[in-house]
This record gives sequence, structure tokens and C-alpha cells, in this order.
Amino acid sequence: MTTEAISSGLSAGALSGPRGPKPKSLTIGRIGVYAFLILSALFFLMPLWVMIVTSLKTMPEIREGHLFNWPALLTFDPWLKAWDTACTGRDCNGLKPGFWNSVKITALSVPVSIVIAMINGYALSFWKYKGSEFLFGVLVFGAFVPYQVVIYPLIIGLSKVGLFATLPGIVIVHTIFGMPILTLLYRNFFASLPIELFKAGRVDGAGFWGIFFRIMLPMSVPITIVAIILQVTGIWNDFLFGTVFAGRENMPMTVQLNNIVTTTTGIREYNVNMAATILTAAVPLVVYFISGKWFVRGIAAGAVKG
Amino acid sequence: MTTSVSIKDLSLNFGNVKVLESLDLEVAQGEFIVLLGPSGCGKSTLLNCIAGLLDVSDGQIFISGKNVTWDEPKDRGIGMVFQSYALYPQMTVEKNLSFGLRVARMPKAEIEARVKRASEILQIEPLLQRKPVELSGGQRQRVAIGRALVRDVDVFLFDEPLSNLDAKLRNDLRIEIKRLHARLKNTMIYVTHDQIEAMTLADRIAIMKNGVIQQLADPHTIYNKPVNLFVAGFIGSPSMNFIKGDLSGTTLSVDGQANIPLGNYQFANQTNGASILGIRPEHIAVGEEAKKMPVQMESEIEIVEPMGADTVAWTKIAGQSLTFRAAAEVHLEPGQKVLIGFDPGRGSVFNAASGNRI
Repeated sequence: MTTEAISSGLSAGALSGPRGPKPKSLTIGRIGVYAFLILSALFFLMPLWVMIVTSLKTMPEIREGHLFNWPALLTFDPWLKAWDTACTGRDCNGLKPGFWNSVKITALSVPVSIVIAMINGYALSFWKYKGSEFLFGVLVFGAFVPYQVVIYPLIIGLSKVGLFATLPGIVIVHTIFGMPILTLLYRNFFASLPIELFKAGRVDGAGFWGIFFRIMLPMSVPITIVAIILQVTGIWNDFLFGTVFAGRENMPMTVQLNNIVTTTTGIREYNVNMAATILTAAVPLVVYFISGKWFVRGIAAGAVKG
Repeated sequence: MTTSVSIKDLSLNFGNVKVLESLDLEVAQGEFIVLLGPSGCGKSTLLNCIAGLLDVSDGQIFISGKNVTWDEPKDRGIGMVFQSYALYPQMTVEKNLSFGLRVARMPKAEIEARVKRASEILQIEPLLQRKPVELSGGQRQRVAIGRALVRDVDVFLFDEPLSNLDAKLRNDLRIEIKRLHARLKNTMIYVTHDQIEAMTLADRIAIMKNGVIQQLADPHTIYNKPVNLFVAGFIGSPSMNFIKGDLSGTTLSVDGQANIPLGNYQFANQTNGASILGIRPEHIAVGEEAKKMPVQMESEIEIVEPMGADTVAWTKIAGQSLTFRAAAEVHLEPGQKVLIGFDPGRGSVFNAASGNRI
């Protein structure tokens, strides 16, 4: 055999062998995985489906008991009633006032709690002083205290200063209870930034606020989006504090929803209840759908070293 | 020459850990001082103390004759360059350069003039409108140097500025820093663990270990007359050969197998007893050259490492391993018997117990 023959034989082998990206094949295992995922998704979507179809049915049709069926007679009246005229006790204004109350509470509590937590986290990461680590430990410990334990002292405290059952009162409560987890979030984010950035700021002559506003704040956009999502959903979904601290004038949507659903006079209007529940849950859902991408990005930004 | 930075009796403790202990250092106006040492020797800590980023436990710091021990970093007349560049990521290069000046509320025209001058010196004018993410490592470090430059200060502090760069860029920027120093004639204090950087840049090197300056001298003295075993072993690559023996008069007896006459070594403080002779690999001659040396011996080569420019060979004398550097043209191979020779006058002798030069 000549060398030429050997080399041509080699190159032919090289050509016929595997080359380029490995082809993807659908194996039985893979089909099984997909089937399981699809079934789980359907299973978890089932309640939502029931809620939607029920809210679009008339009461006689609901009584027939076909839970999963698409409504024979499509009606949007339950939605209008839930929003506008459903009764909670003597008032028949629907969810509307609760919605606006929730908007007020959320719009005030979210920025206040985030700004405070941001400054906390910044100070605890960069301006360490004697006892700052201890203080941080105490703050984080606050995240593990059951809310119910502190409700009574808080009621006494707030009523002593005349803030119990007022809008500022509920905002203060949300700010206090949001502080541990948000401070932890911001402290860890700032701790992941290179300390040299802070040192450079000091050499450049910027002080506590200068470094905060001009260097750190512009860098914390991703983590702030995470904080906003956490707080908006947390505060919107809150029921306990709303019941206790908001007062009759500022009842948030969740409390109002509860009152509509548990009203005992007359018949139980399942379609109205379902519509009211979907309406109440819609806000956090929308927040998640719009900001999901940002949420993941923000979490990642906090996790990796900058 | 006037003193630019003066550190007197400086101590720093973190809790019970003493990082710096009664440290004194005088830096002359326009001098380039390199603080060199292994990780954790306190060199960066010392720099942070000078910058005012760490509060000292005891002692004083003077910069340009002013006691700045309690002053804020911005009031000390210093500019600092960090290892990770520490550029503000949300600001353009121009904003990064002018940040300190804007914080100090300097007039706009003056800011512009200073940014222009600094960017010309560092040749970063085309980059002024870019954000740091759009810059390469070398460009980022140049901007970081520029940030110190615009402050128009007396003292520049460098905290391992080249450690994050690849080897080639490091060489290029090293030359640039040297050129910058020649042009600006500022006092520069430079922290590094890279001995090449220290040797090439410094007017004087301060070698540190455990928070104490071991030796403060010009690179030539540090290299040729190290004061103790630590300095001798830290500087030089491949590192200095240490031959353990027993000194009596001017003869070092090595395990009774060999006697090395140290005739032309100039003792500063001759003490008999267990001693160590340090000889740099490049001070050992081989072959014909070895015949001219006062001390000569036969040895067998174990390993040969061709470096391109020269060749490093490993051998043993009297049971102790020894490396020497030979010209690349000299043919060496393992197992070969060669004659090696050296001049003890170029070596260093240390007392084994104290580790100090004698």
C-alpha cells in the first residue's frame, strides 16, 4: 500500500464519521418528560379554568353542576356586579373602593419601604461601624418573627400616637414588615459590588449621600425591580394587616373580597365571587407577566459578583 | 530632597490581629516607592492607611508636610488607582474622569481643561464618550489612572494596578507608568506582589512581611545585598540557591563533604556557627567560565529547563540542590558531568538561626 492510499483512506474515514452538531433525537424518555410537564401544567391550571368559566356562567347554569363546561349562555354581568354593586354588609359598591384603597396603600408603602431598605443595605455594606453586623443580624431575625406575635403591641403603639386604622398607619406597618427581607436583599446586592468602587468614590471626595445617589443608586436598578415586584405583590396580597390596621375607610381589596365572598345574606353568587377573586388576583399576576424577565435578571444580578 | 510622604510609628490592628506594627517610612518628593511582599503582608493595608480609607490604630501620617492622620481621603492630596479599576459603570469615561472634580464643585472650564489634559497624556481621547463596559482591560486601567491624574495631586497611590491584565498588556502598561512618572515627577507609591514590576519601576523597594518592612533600598541593593533570608528568597526567579553549612572563620563546611572558602566575601558581622550561603543562579558559571572562579566543583546535571533566552539547570552539590543559569548556547543534558564555579564575593551569607545577613 502506498502512502497516498493510506492518507486517502484516512480522509475518507474522517469525512464519513460524525461531524458538526450532534443530531437531536426524540427518545421515549424525553416524550415521557414532556407528557409529565404538560399534565402537571394542566393540573395546576385547572382551578383557574374553573374560576373563569364559572364567572362567565349564569347562576341557573352553575346549579346544573357541570364544573368544567364552557358556559352555554355567556354573561359578563357577574364581573360588572363584582366590580360595581356586590354587597359587603350594608354597602353595595362592589370591589371598586377596595381596589382604590389597595392602590393607595401599595403606591405609598412600596416606595417608602424600598427607599428605607436601600439606605439600610447601603449603610450596612459600606459604612460598617461597631455593632453594625449585630444590627443586621437582628434585622434579619425580624424576618422570622411570626406577624401575629407583634400585632397586639403594634395596635397599642399605633393607637397611642393616633395612627391606628389610618392610611399612614398601614403604610408604616407594611414598611416595618418589609424591612428585614428588603434590607437583606439590598445588603447582599451591595456586598457583591467591588468594595473598591466605594473606595474610589471616597478618594474622589463623595460622602455618604454622594456615593449613594451618584454611584450606588444608578447601579441598583435590577435589584430595585426585584424589590418592587416583591413588595407590590406582597402588599397587594396582604390580608392580615389590611384587616387589622387599615380601618374601615381604607379596607384593601383583599379584605373587601373576603367580605363579598363570606356575605351570608341571600344566595351565594358563585359567579360573582369567582369574578371578584380573579379581579383581585389580577394585579400581581399582571406585575409578574410584565416584569418576569426583569425579575430573573435582577435575581441573577444580585447573585453574581459585579 | 524634601519629604513627600512620611509615616511615623504606624500601627493597625483588626481586633487582636496586628496587621501593621510601628511602621516608619519616609518617601522623598518625586520618588517611586514600591511596596512588595506576599499576600497578607500588609502592603495594601498600608496603602489604604495612607489613602485614608482605613483608620489607623496608632501613629501619624504626613503628606507634603501636613499631618493628615485624621483627614478624609479627598483632603489628603492623593489619587488612587485600584486593581479592579473601580470605574463607575453607569458613567462615561469623561464623567468618570470628572466625577471627583464635579463633587468638589470645580468650575466647568477648569474641569474640561483637566479632563482634556489627562486624556491627552493617557491617549484616551477617542474613548471619552464610552461606558466602561465598552473598554478593554488596558483601556479601563488607563481611565483609572486618568481619574487620579485629573485630581492634580502630589501623591499617586497604586494598588496592584496591573494584576488583572494579561502578561503582554502588563508589560506595556508598566512601561507607560514608568513614562508617566518620568513626565509628571509625582511621588508614587505602588503596591504589587510582582517582583518584576517592583524591580523595573521602583526608585526604592520596601519588602514587607507580616506587617514589617524587611528591607527598604534601591532594586540593585535589594537584589544583590538582601538583608535576610526572606528578602533573598523572595526576590529573583529562579530563586536564590541556599547552601546550608557550618561557618568557621572564612570557611563554610557543608555536611563535612565540601569546604567552601569564602575568601573574598565581605563580612559585615561575621559569626561562626550554622550559616547559609546564598548564591543567585546567574552568578554560577559553567564550563570554561567556571575555571576562572574562586570556587569550583564537579556536579551532575539532573534537569534542564530551556527558557529560550537562557537555560536553567538543576544539579546537586554535597547533597543540596542547586540551580544555575547558563547561556542558551551552552549544551546541557541530564546526566552530564559539568564543572561549575562561583565567586562567594557576589553571594550573601546568612546566620541560620537569625536569618540575617552577616
